[in-house]
Amino acid sequence: MTDSPSNYSGAVKHHGSDMFEGYPVDTADTAGDQVVTNYTINFGPQHPAAHGVLRMVMELDGEIIERVDPHVGLLHRGTEKLIEYKTYLQALPYFDRLDYCSPLGMEHSYVLAIEKLLDLEVPDRAQYLRVLFAELTRICNHMLNIGSHVMDVGAMTPNLWVFELREDCLNFFERASGARMHSAYFRPGGVHQDVPERLLYDIGEWCEKRLPKLFGDAMSLVIDNRIFKQRNVDIATVSKEDALAWGFSGPMIRGSGIAWDLRKSQPYDAYAKMDFEIPVGTRGDCYDRFMVRVQEVYQSARIILQCLRDMPTGPVASLDRKVVPPKRGEMKQSMESLIHHFKLYTEGFHVPAGEVYVATESPKGEFGVYLVSDGTNKPYRCKIRPTAFSHLQAMDMMSKGHMLADTTAIIGAIDVVFGECDR
Amino acid sequence: MAHPAPLVAPQPSLAASLKTVLGADLVAHVFTVDEDSITVTREAVAGVMVALRDSLEYQQLMEIAGVDYPDRAERFEVVYHLLSVTKNHRLRVRVSTDEATPVPTIVPVWPNAGWLEREVFDMYGVLFSGNPDLRRILTDYGFQGHPQRKDFPLTGYTELRYSEEDKRVVYEPVRLAQDFRNFDFLSPWEGADYVLPGDEKAGGTGEGPGKGAPTPMTAKEVKAADEKAKASPPPTPKTTENTAQTGAGAKTNIKAAKTSRDGAKATKAAKAKTPATEKAEKAPAKPRAPRKPKTGGDA
Repeated sequence: MTDSPSNYSGAVKHHGSDMFEGYPVDTADTAGDQVVTNYTINFGPQHPAAHGVLRMVMELDGEIIERVDPHVGLLHRGTEKLIEYKTYLQALPYFDRLDYCSPLGMEHSYVLAIEKLLDLEVPDRAQYLRVLFAELTRICNHMLNIGSHVMDVGAMTPNLWVFELREDCLNFFERASGARMHSAYFRPGGVHQDVPERLLYDIGEWCEKRLPKLFGDAMSLVIDNRIFKQRNVDIATVSKEDALAWGFSGPMIRGSGIAWDLRKSQPYDAYAKMDFEIPVGTRGDCYDRFMVRVQEVYQSARIILQCLRDMPTGPVASLDRKVVPPKRGEMKQSMESLIHHFKLYTEGFHVPAGEVYVATESPKGEFGVYLVSDGTNKPYRCKIRPTAFSHLQAMDMMSKGHMLADTTAIIGAIDVVFGECDR
Repeated sequence: MAHPAPLVAPQPSLAASLKTVLGADLVAHVFTVDEDSITVTREAVAGVMVALRDSLEYQQLMEIAGVDYPDRAERFEVVYHLLSVTKNHRLRVRVSTDEATPVPTIVPVWPNAGWLEREVFDMYGVLFSGNPDLRRILTDYGFQGHPQRKDFPLTGYTELRYSEEDKRVVYEPVRLAQDFRNFDFLSPWEGADYVLPGDEKAGGTGEGPGKGAPTPMTAKEVKAADEKAKASPPPTPKTTENTAQTGAGAKTNIKAAKTSRDGAKATKAAKAKTPATEKAEKAPAKPRAPRKPKTGGDA
């Protein structure tokens, strides 16, 4: 079988009964015929390829998907409600627990929303550090997604290799913040603390040597692999129009050929100073989405190296003591610092009344925070715009007419994490 | 603009084009915190969305958020966030509604509105007329109530656990081992409007709920008040330099000037010495023993 699209549309992509259109169909029963009716199955909520607790009620005609009804919310924890009962700073760690595969990407939107309402200036070094760690998060997230996508369609080895890289990323997070996953490293006004020089050196070394080599090796096993292509090329093709209409973002919209990246179009933090490219797909299928992510890893490494090259010295958080608490050492010496410290960790800071919608390019797409403040120390409303919600909703549109086994490839290419989808 | 949040170029011509495109459906247009938001009439929202998508190039619906303001007559706000990838601009569209009045669906305009509307329905109970599939989405199967409403308690009403006896998951009313505590860390001098325990006599600030302490005077006002105080000193300064000036008014001064009935006697008695004083005065002064020089030490 070749990779020509015409061959594929006939051999893989069936459109239910449409494919028999125009053919004379003998309706009379012949010996041995059985009447097959559509049947409904449950995919999940405990399916290993569902990437979490996704339950999909699927109506099948033989092996061909007629209708998909995803049931989400099995991991709903009421994050938005909880945030309304917490001060702005106390609400921050909830964001780590949304998309637990890219925690810093989630924090980024939230701290930017607060800073926008406060109109708070953030020092350069903090901006660079945030960009650096946001990109490291992107690599970390893509390692998980690429690995699991590859494994969902049958390849075992690359997953083990890229998980090594993911482990490296998590070690970097640990060295910066003390926690492997739920870092709570980005804070309104900057980052929590400065990083050791040695860590920056190691990240640079890793981006130059270990990452390209190991990742390149792992990807060389799949990107030209015949089986991998058969499972992904021309699966769930989404046109540009559909991608816009269904609210796609991130690698999903770029896979469909729209060069839309919030880091470029609406730059935040130090992204305006970074030089990088936006990879786009040409056909809008699962393979394109996969390849967009693969290329993004290299671009992220490029951004990280630029950050390391250009990062200035200086404070890592705003010096506005009405928002950012003083250092602990300072607190032991100065009465004023002690008062600030006490006030910020009990009452917290007040955010002026108003509302903002701030979206950043998280590894999975546009992650937005709609923050309504009433001028007190707690958010009045914090609506979280998850990326997976819109993508998963298009599951029915994308998988109609495909085989049951393609479902795993489609979900893998969506890159869904239920902590974020269900909130 | 000092903040590092995503940079979106303002659209100066947006206000005019919104007016021409939307006409009477546009209720208000505000530009705050670098963001455009418009309020439109509820009944026209579907038409407005078509116009915004086709005439003003807002191709994507990113988000529908509900917000609950229990004090308002129409307590819910449904907030749509649109994105234009060609103009690189965001627009917020809001309509308001209450528990009973449905909002027209925009599923025909953007198919991804389906789940977003379902979520607002689930969380707030806002109805969307015309939505083909208005089921709950995030909460449990068979859940009752709308958890994001401000009057819904954080702890909820039911909890579930696996029961070893029944060998299944059972639902029970929430039982808290300790009362739910919601600490209010608002500064009592600024935002809090409640009477502290033991301070009931003070009666709080006496202002409506949500109102904080009165705004402190500005520097200008303080200066003006000082000037006013300086300008007119009292005509006769109040002093208490002699016994006649009591500081309690003329009437008291006159009274104080008069000698009291037992004034003379009292004066004599005061001058009389007590026996102890007399004895002490008569006693010869004892010479003090000379101080012993210190032994040891440096000196």
